[in-house]
Amino acid sequence: MTQVKSLADLRRIKENLQGKMSLREKSNDPESLVQIRVAMATCGIASGAKQVMEFFIEELDKRNIQAVITQTGCMGYCFAEPTVEITLPGQAPVVYGYVNEKKADDIIEKYIKNGELVEGIIPVNYETVQK
Amino acid sequence: MHVLVCGGTGCHASESDKLLSNLKTIVADKGLENDVQVIATGCFGFCEKGPIVKIMPDNTFYTQVKPDDAREIIEEHLIKGRKVNRLLYVNPENKEHISDSKHMGFYKKQLRIALRNCGFIDPENIDEYIAREGYEALGKCLTEMTPQQVIELMKKSGLRGRGGGGFPTGLKWEITSKSVSDVKYVVCNADEGDPGAFMDRSILEGDPHSVIEAMAICGYCIGASNGLVYIRAEYPLAIERLKTAIKQAREYGLLGNNILGTDFNFDIELRYGAGAFVCGEETALIHSMEGKRGEPTMKPPFPSVSGYFEKPTNVNNVETFANVPVIINKGADWFSSIGSEKSKGTKVFALAGKINNVGLIEVPMGTTLREVIYEIGGGIKDGKEFKAVQTGGPSGGCLTKKHLDTPIDYDNLLASGSMMGSGGMIVMDEDDCMVSVAKFYLEFTVEESCGKCTPCRIGNKRLHEILDKLTKGNGTLEDIDRLRNLSKVIKDTALCGLGQTSPNPVLSTIDNFMEEYIEHVTDKKCRAGRCKALMQYHILSENCVGCTACARNCPVNAISGERKGVHTINQEVCIKCGACIEKCKFNAVVIK
Amino acid sequence: METIKINIDNKIVEVAKGSTILEAAKQVGIHIPTLCHLHLHDLNIENKPAGCRICVVEVAGRKNLAPACATECLEGMVINTNNIHVLNARKTVLELILSDHPTDCLICAKNGDCELQSMAQEFGIRKIHYEGEQSTYREDTSPAIIRDVDKCIMCRRCEMMCNEVQTVGVLSAVNRGFMSVVAPAFEMNLDHSECTYCGQCVAVCPTGALTEVDHTNAVIRALADPTKTVVVQTAPAVRAALGEEFGLEPGTLVTGKLAAALRRLGFNYVFDTDFAADLTIMEEGTELLDRLNRHLNGDKNVALPILTSCCPGWVNFFEHQFPEMINIPSTARSPQQMFGAIAKTYFADKIGVKREDLVVVSVMPCLAKKYECQRDEFKTNGNPDVDYSISTRELAHLIKQLNITFNELPDEDFDAPLGESTGAAVIFGTTGGVIEAAVRTAYEVQTGKKLDKVDFQELRGMEFIREATIDFDGLPIKIGIAHGLGNARKLLEEIKAGKSTYHAIEIMACPGGCIGGGGQPLHHGDSSILKARQKAIYSEDASKVIRKSHENRYIVKLYEEFLGKPCGELSHHLLHTHYFDKTVEIKVVE
Repeated sequence: MTQVKSLADLRRIKENLQGKMSLREKSNDPESLVQIRVAMATCGIASGAKQVMEFFIEELDKRNIQAVITQTGCMGYCFAEPTVEITLPGQAPVVYGYVNEKKADDIIEKYIKNGELVEGIIPVNYETVQK
Repeated sequence: MHVLVCGGTGCHASESDKLLSNLKTIVADKGLENDVQVIATGCFGFCEKGPIVKIMPDNTFYTQVKPDDAREIIEEHLIKGRKVNRLLYVNPENKEHISDSKHMGFYKKQLRIALRNCGFIDPENIDEYIAREGYEALGKCLTEMTPQQVIELMKKSGLRGRGGGGFPTGLKWEITSKSVSDVKYVVCNADEGDPGAFMDRSILEGDPHSVIEAMAICGYCIGASNGLVYIRAEYPLAIERLKTAIKQAREYGLLGNNILGTDFNFDIELRYGAGAFVCGEETALIHSMEGKRGEPTMKPPFPSVSGYFEKPTNVNNVETFANVPVIINKGADWFSSIGSEKSKGTKVFALAGKINNVGLIEVPMGTTLREVIYEIGGGIKDGKEFKAVQTGGPSGGCLTKKHLDTPIDYDNLLASGSMMGSGGMIVMDEDDCMVSVAKFYLEFTVEESCGKCTPCRIGNKRLHEILDKLTKGNGTLEDIDRLRNLSKVIKDTALCGLGQTSPNPVLSTIDNFMEEYIEHVTDKKCRAGRCKALMQYHILSENCVGCTACARNCPVNAISGERKGVHTINQEVCIKCGACIEKCKFNAVVIK
Repeated sequence: METIKINIDNKIVEVAKGSTILEAAKQVGIHIPTLCHLHLHDLNIENKPAGCRICVVEVAGRKNLAPACATECLEGMVINTNNIHVLNARKTVLELILSDHPTDCLICAKNGDCELQSMAQEFGIRKIHYEGEQSTYREDTSPAIIRDVDKCIMCRRCEMMCNEVQTVGVLSAVNRGFMSVVAPAFEMNLDHSECTYCGQCVAVCPTGALTEVDHTNAVIRALADPTKTVVVQTAPAVRAALGEEFGLEPGTLVTGKLAAALRRLGFNYVFDTDFAADLTIMEEGTELLDRLNRHLNGDKNVALPILTSCCPGWVNFFEHQFPEMINIPSTARSPQQMFGAIAKTYFADKIGVKREDLVVVSVMPCLAKKYECQRDEFKTNGNPDVDYSISTRELAHLIKQLNITFNELPDEDFDAPLGESTGAAVIFGTTGGVIEAAVRTAYEVQTGKKLDKVDFQELRGMEFIREATIDFDGLPIKIGIAHGLGNARKLLEEIKAGKSTYHAIEIMACPGGCIGGGGQPLHHGDSSILKARQKAIYSEDASKVIRKSHENRYIVKLYEEFLGKPCGELSHHLLHTHYFDKTVEIKVVE
C-alpha cells in the first residue's frame, strides 16, 4: 500500500475516492450499482446482522443483481436491529429495520428489483454534520 | 406514490393500525393499487403528534391523523393533488403549516457530529474515512498550524470532556503541553462502564479512525508520540475494528514516523481493561494500565502532570476525541454556535428503558429532556405514564416531570441533582419503584467499588442494606434520615468520583420521590408493585366464579375455596409467584 | 525555604511550601486524627493512600472534605479541622469502620495496643449507627504470623511495607468493594507464599489483623515441667526496647532488669544471644578472611562479596527470590541457632542434661526467628536446637502475667558461660553493627595489629544503603550495608549484574536492623523510637570493657575445650548451614 506523504497527497486521494463514489452514485446503470449497508456494530450483530449480510451477498449474486454491499457502524436504531440501508441509484437512501432473511428476500424482490417500498422502513431522524 | 403510516407502538396505541387498513381499503376501492402503495413503517419518533402519515415522494407530513381521515387524504391529496391543510404539521414557533418534513424542527433535534460517520462508512476501510475528509484535520494541524494554535482553537470551541466530568478539553491539552518531560502520553479512555451505555463502543465500532486521528492531533499538541487506548476486553468487535484501523493508518503512514512528511511521530497501542467500573476514573485507569490494581489515587497530582509511569498523560474519552477532527475542519466558531451557553456541541446518549425508540442518539446541548423522550425517543412504551429519567448512570440521579423542560447540559443536570455522566439515559414509567431503582444502582456501586476508601467500601454497603430493608417493608422513618446523612458523608469524604457520586441515586430519589419512601415505611406499600415483599395477591369476590384454576396452579397450595364458590389466598403461605393472576380468566386476582 | 501562609482553625500558620495540612496542623499543636497514614520520617517510609478518610478537614471553597494527610497546603488556604460538619463526617467514617470490625476487643491479641481501639475511645463512640453485615475471611496461621483479616481495615500499611520497602510482594489488596482485603495472591496461605516472615507487616498493623504466633503458653508449660532444664537466650535488640512495654522512655537500656526478670520467670539459666553473636564473628569473620585471601591470591572459584547471614528474614528472601545466588552468603548460622547448637551439645554435656530434657527458649526482636528455629536442618532427631522463639512483646506479656513488677527489679547479670559477651556482640542489634563487629576482629586477625579505635562511625547510621572503605593496613576493604529487603535487592541485583565492587556486605531485613524488628514493641509510626534504640545499643557497646569478639574469654575457652578452631570440622557441623532454592510456584488454594 502506498504511503500518504503529505497533506496535498491526502487531499488528492480524497478527491480521487470521492470521484469514484460519485461515479458510482451517478451512473445510469441501475442494476449494477445498488448500494447496501448493513449496520454491523455489536447491537446489530447480536440481532443477526451477519446472517442478513451473508444472505444479501449470496442471494444478490444468485439472482444476478449487481450491488455494493458493505458493513457499517451503528445507525442508532438499536430498537430495530438488524438495520440495513438500501440506496437505489439516484434515490434517497431507505433504512429498513428488523431485517431477517425473509424480510431481506422481500426487500430484494420488491424494493431492489421494482422500487416498491416494503414495510419496516425506519424514518431517518437526524442530520449529520458531514453530508 | 407511497403512503407511509407510522407503525410504532406509540402511534399504534392511537389507532394507526385502523388508519392503515382504512387507507389500504380505500386505495383498493379506488383502484389505485398499481400507483399507490400503503405501507407501515417504524417509529418516526414523533409520537406526541402521532399517528403520522407521510406521503412520498413529495414528503408531505401529516400529524395526528385519525382513521376517519384516510378518505380525505386519498381523495384530496392523492387524487386531486391538494394537501389536507388541517392535518399538516404546525410549526410551534410561527404557527405556519409545514408540509415538507425536511423542514420540520423535530428532524433537526438530532445532529450527528461525534457519530457523523457511524452508519455511513465501512469502519474497516480507511478509504471511506478519507473520502469523508478523514485525516485532513491532522494534516492541517501538522502542516498549517502550531500546537499552540490548535490548542487555542480547541479552547475557543468550548469542547468539554464527554466522559462525565466536563473538563474543558483545550485547557487539559494546554496543561499537559506545558508539563516538561521527555516522554508524554495520549490516552483514550474507552472503559465505558455505565450500565446500559454503549456510546463509545458504537463510535469505535463505527468510526475508529476519527479517534485515531484525534489522538494523533492531541499528541501533536502536547508533544507526545505515544498513544494508548484503554479499552474493555468485553468489547471484542470494537477492539478488532480499532486494530484494523490502526494497521491501515500505519500502512498509509498516518501513524508511525514522519507523518505526512513532517517530523511528527505518533503511534497507538491498545491496553485491555478487565471491566472494572472504577477503571473509568482516570487515575485508576492509569494504574490498571501500569499493571497495578485498578484503584484511584488522590489528585493532585493530575495525570496531565504525572500520569502513566509518572509521565504527563492526557486522558480523554472516546466521544471527546471523535469531536476533534470536525472541530479542526469546520472551526471553533462553527462548533461553539451549537449547544448551550456553557456546553457547546452535541452529546451522544444511549437511550434505554421504558421508551419506544431505544437507541443511540446525538443531540445538541440544550435540547430538553422532553424533546429527547417524546420526539426522538418516541415516548413511553405501551402508552404508560412517564415517571423519571435517570442520567449519568450510577453516579447520576433521577429527574422527574418537573425537569422535562430543562435543557440538557453539564451545569443544568448538576443543578438538578444528577449529572451528564458518559451518556446513559434510562427512562422509567409508573411501573418503576424509585426505592428499588436507588437500590439497583447501589447494588452496582457496591459491586464495583474498589474498596480503597472507607466511605465507598463500607458506606455504600450500608446504604444498600438500608434500601434493601425498606424494599422488604422493614424500614423505619429513621432509616430514611440515616440514608440521607450517610449519603452526605459519603459524598463529602469518598476518595474518587465513583464514591463521591455513588449516593446521588439515593439522594435524588429521596428528594423527588419522598412520598414513595414514606409509603414503603408507613403503609408497607410499593405503588409500582415492584417490591415483592410488599405485595399481596387478593381474589375479588365479585369477579371470582370458582373455576379453581388458580388453586390448581398454585405451587404452594395457598389458595382455597369450593368449586363455584369464592376463593381466598392465604397470605402466610403465598410466595407471590403470580401464577394465579396468569391463570385467572376473570380478572379476579389483583395485586394490592 | 519557600513558605506560605495558611489559616487553620483561625490560627495563621507559616509553613514550608509543599507541606500537607496534617503537617501544618501539627506545627500549631493541632492533632488531626489519622489511621491509615504512617510516616517513618527518619527512614523516609510513608504510607499515604488517603484511604481511611478519618483525617478529613474542611477547606474553604472546596466542594467536599479534604484528607489532611494527602492534601497540600496552598497559599491563603482556610482550613477548619473541628467544626460540626467535619466531626460528623469523621465520626460517621469511624463508625463505618467499626461496623465492619469484630468487637472482640477484650480477647484480641492487640487489646490495649490497637490504634482503632484508641481512636474509638478518643472519639467517644458509644453506638454504631450503621450496623450491618461484616466481611469475614479464612484465618491463616503460618509458623510466625497469624492473619486474622476480619480485623483488616484496609489501611494498606502492611502492603506498603511488603511491596515498597521490602519488595517481597506477598501482600496486596485482593477482591473488590466490601470484600476487599489485603492478602497473598489468590488468598493463598502465607506459608505457601514467598513471605520471609520479616514481620514488618505486623510491626505496622494498626489492629489485630496481623499478629505473631504466640508461644508464651508453651514457655510457661516448659518452665513448670520439673523434668526439663530451661535455658533462655535474649537477643541484643531486646534490651534496648523492652522498657517501652513498661512505660520507660524509648532508648532506655534494661539489660540488668531483663536478666533479673528472666530469672524470676523461672529459667534455670539466663544466657545471652550476644555470646553467640561473638561466636558468629569468629566463624563468619574467619570465613570472610578465608574467602578474601583466596580471592586476592587469584582463586577464580571464590565468590565475593561475602554476605552476612545472621538475619533469617534475609535468608528467606534470597532463598525465595535469588535462588541462583545461594552460594554467596556466609554459611554461618544466625546467633540464635549457634546458641541453640552449642547449648544442646557443649553446655548440655557440661551440666549433664540430655538434649531432650533441655529446653532452649529465645527472646527475639524478630518474627522470622520463629520460623528459623523450626527449620529441619536445625533439628537433631527431630529435636530442635531452639525450642521456642518468643518476641520482645511476648516476653513483656509473660512478665506481666507472672506478676513481676519490672521497673522495680534490681539489675542482675547473665549466667556463665553462655551469658558473657563483648561490645561487638551488642551492636548486632542495629544496622551496620554486624559488619562493624566483624571488622574489629577481622582487622586484627588479618593484620596482626591491634586496633587503636574500635568505633567505625563510617559504618553507622540510618541511610538505607551505606558504603565505606576500611583500610586493613594498606589493604582497602570495601564494605556495603543495606537494611530493608528492598535495599538488599538493589545490592543483589548489582552482584547479579557483575557490577558489585564490595568485599563484604551486611544485610538486615528490617528497617533499622533488629531494633526495628517485627517482634519489637510497636512504634506506631514514630521513627524517633528506632533512633533512640539505636543510640542505646551503641552506648551499651561503648560501656563495655571488652569490645572485640575474639577477646571474649568464654569464646576462647569454647574453642579450646570443644570446637577446636573457627571453621573447623565441628564448627562446620554445628555452626554452619546450607541454603535451599525455595522458589514458590503459585498454587491456588481453595
